[in-house]
Amino acid sequence: MNAPPRIPVDLDHVSTVLVVPGMHCAGCMAKVERGLGAVPGVDSARVNLTAKQVRVEHGADVEPAELIAALDAIGFASQPRSDESTRAPSAVKPLLAPLAVAAFACMNVMLLSVSVWSGAEGSTRNLFHWISALIGIPAIAYSGMPFFRSAFAVLKKARTNMDVPISIGIVLATSLSFYETFTGGHDAYFDGVLMLILFLLGGRVLDAMMRDKARAGVDALLSQAAPGASVVSADGSLQWIAAAELAPGMVMRLAAGERLAADGEIVRGTSAFDQSLLTGESAPVAAGIGTTVHAGTLNLDAPVDVRVTAAGADTSLAEIARLMEAADQPRSVYVRIADRASRLYAPAVHTLALVTFIGWMIAGAGGYQSIVIAIAVLIITCPCALGLAVPVAQVVASGALMREGVMVKDGSAIERLAMIDRVLLDKTGSLTLGRPEPAPEVIAALDAEAAGTALGLASHSRHPHSRALEAALLARGCRALQVEGVAETAGIGLSGTWQDRKVSLGRSDSADVVSTTLRIAGHEDLLIPFTDQLRPDTYHALARLKALGLEVSLLSGDNAAAVAEVARDVGLFAQAAASPAAKRDAIAALQGQGHKVLMVGDGLNDGPALAAADASIAPGSASDVGRQAADLVFLGDSLLALPRAVIAARRTMRVVRQNFALAIGYNALAVPLAIMGYVNPMIAAAAMSSSSLVVVANSLRLVRATK
Amino acid sequence: MNGVAVLLPIALGLGLLGLAAFFWALKRGQFEDLDGAAARILIDEEDAPLP
Repeated sequence: MNAPPRIPVDLDHVSTVLVVPGMHCAGCMAKVERGLGAVPGVDSARVNLTAKQVRVEHGADVEPAELIAALDAIGFASQPRSDESTRAPSAVKPLLAPLAVAAFACMNVMLLSVSVWSGAEGSTRNLFHWISALIGIPAIAYSGMPFFRSAFAVLKKARTNMDVPISIGIVLATSLSFYETFTGGHDAYFDGVLMLILFLLGGRVLDAMMRDKARAGVDALLSQAAPGASVVSADGSLQWIAAAELAPGMVMRLAAGERLAADGEIVRGTSAFDQSLLTGESAPVAAGIGTTVHAGTLNLDAPVDVRVTAAGADTSLAEIARLMEAADQPRSVYVRIADRASRLYAPAVHTLALVTFIGWMIAGAGGYQSIVIAIAVLIITCPCALGLAVPVAQVVASGALMREGVMVKDGSAIERLAMIDRVLLDKTGSLTLGRPEPAPEVIAALDAEAAGTALGLASHSRHPHSRALEAALLARGCRALQVEGVAETAGIGLSGTWQDRKVSLGRSDSADVVSTTLRIAGHEDLLIPFTDQLRPDTYHALARLKALGLEVSLLSGDNAAAVAEVARDVGLFAQAAASPAAKRDAIAALQGQGHKVLMVGDGLNDGPALAAADASIAPGSASDVGRQAADLVFLGDSLLALPRAVIAARRTMRVVRQNFALAIGYNALAVPLAIMGYVNPMIAAAAMSSSSLVVVANSLRLVRATK
Repeated sequence: MNGVAVLLPIALGLGLLGLAAFFWALKRGQFEDLDGAAARILIDEEDAPLP
């Protein structure tokens, strides 16, 4: 096990944080907390459901392995959290305090404003304005910080975003209101400014909450990986070493079913390796002493000792990482739709205010009145509804997607996903499940005796084929028969006796298909082929993608024969035997023709392609690299997540465009009033809140975006 | 006018009280796990997690 972070509480108590991705509900929480509480030496266990973690306080003599075993016994897989420092801080937290201050100030100032609108005169009005200023100015200065900071940051780079017109509007309206208060004037806009800040912060908090939630889900997947290896030390003992600390010359002991953490050369034992994650190649590759094996490949058959030949920057993994860094271009240059809108919007309203000022000066209204009217134009055009148009729609859509098991990692992902017109699918692990499954027709045809014997044998082994066979048989509703004296021989299989008959499950003589043979003395040998099955709903999902007007093709690293078979089956064009660089180039070529490409992939070899594509989706079962490089991650096996995500993205963008139209339509109505000088604080407040409510209500229709 | 002199401080005081309560809750970590807090109410009383 990876050495988990142990945080000392006092002398003999420490706390350990475990990641438990399988927790979903109150029942899971109770089970986990109670199960851990029952371990001797544990003082308390507290689940954080959002982060899918549990913090356990326990005596220093309790080992994390015991806690993991206790969770395993009640059916929850868990891992120690990899590293506290790698977790990005929450995006919501810094916004909550400004939101609360804005809400408090807005309510109190509004209370005073209502009396002013109702006709408070003279000294009462002045007093109320002064109290409003006293509450409002510090509150605006504090709660407006997120906007000022963001506006300042982009202005320094000589660019603009939505926060620039917002900040200018806030600052000017506050200054004007303070001047009015100071001179005993008629109109102060503190209520409107605070309401604007409150609405915009509310939208941003929702947005940040959704992103935190999605990231917590992805983090829970990522932090359970904890790559590393058991290293055989000079005295023969085993020690767990993290992947980053492996050095050439070390000898790793790799059990069947484990993944390699570094490139190396086999020094003891023979086995077969599944390289699908690294190359897309689906057939296992036999490896003996002297064979070079690569990080990321899965040991299938027998335990082997591997001497590390390359670590860190020299591995095939690092080469892929370099390709990915170079590929990450289209996303960093993508400009979000809200920022594109503000590029047009900000100059337009600022020019309008200036023209208004000049117009009134020419009309002979005097400097003071002209400035008041020009600022009223800026206040009324302050992009409250415009600022909510994108985030609220995206929040609602991401929430709908998350309920369907699709996690949106990046805010701009929905915008980019809505534009795609080509889909490239990796084969192994993306179009298929990426794990060997016993052929369903053979499983269905097994008689009860054979099935029970196979289950009785398979349940004793951790070999991937045994696990898959066990799962398939359990799903059929089989009962295990009591097989006595089961022994596992590495590389050969399992054997035992059932009712005094020798039974065995293991390597078959057939070389051309991956399979396992079930032998029961007195019966004919039974061959159980293992194939990488298509994901459920694949045909349906591909048909829906086509119906959406998307051209789909396969892009696989597997050999031509294997790819051709699957391609014929699902009716897609395919490019086979593509290296990571070739995949990236294929995407670049399509982009060169003006296509927007969605890449669906899971493996390490898909990393550069996922990074280079305009949008990318990875299954939750993907490699770390795949999950990190992808914009969206879908949980579960069904490929229907793809058309759902595309439909939701397109609907979201349609709603965003409607929101823009609504917000600009409101401006078209209110601006003439402001230019003519008819706007007062009451009209500004009413117009602002009603336009924001309309935009929010329109966005809420996306709750059913995935249907 | 006298009424206002009493009511205004009361209104502001109540508002500030709410704000202070919110900051207290924020500092105490009450907003760390909103999903968990929502789910916890469903855990049955008699088999509550061990202390």
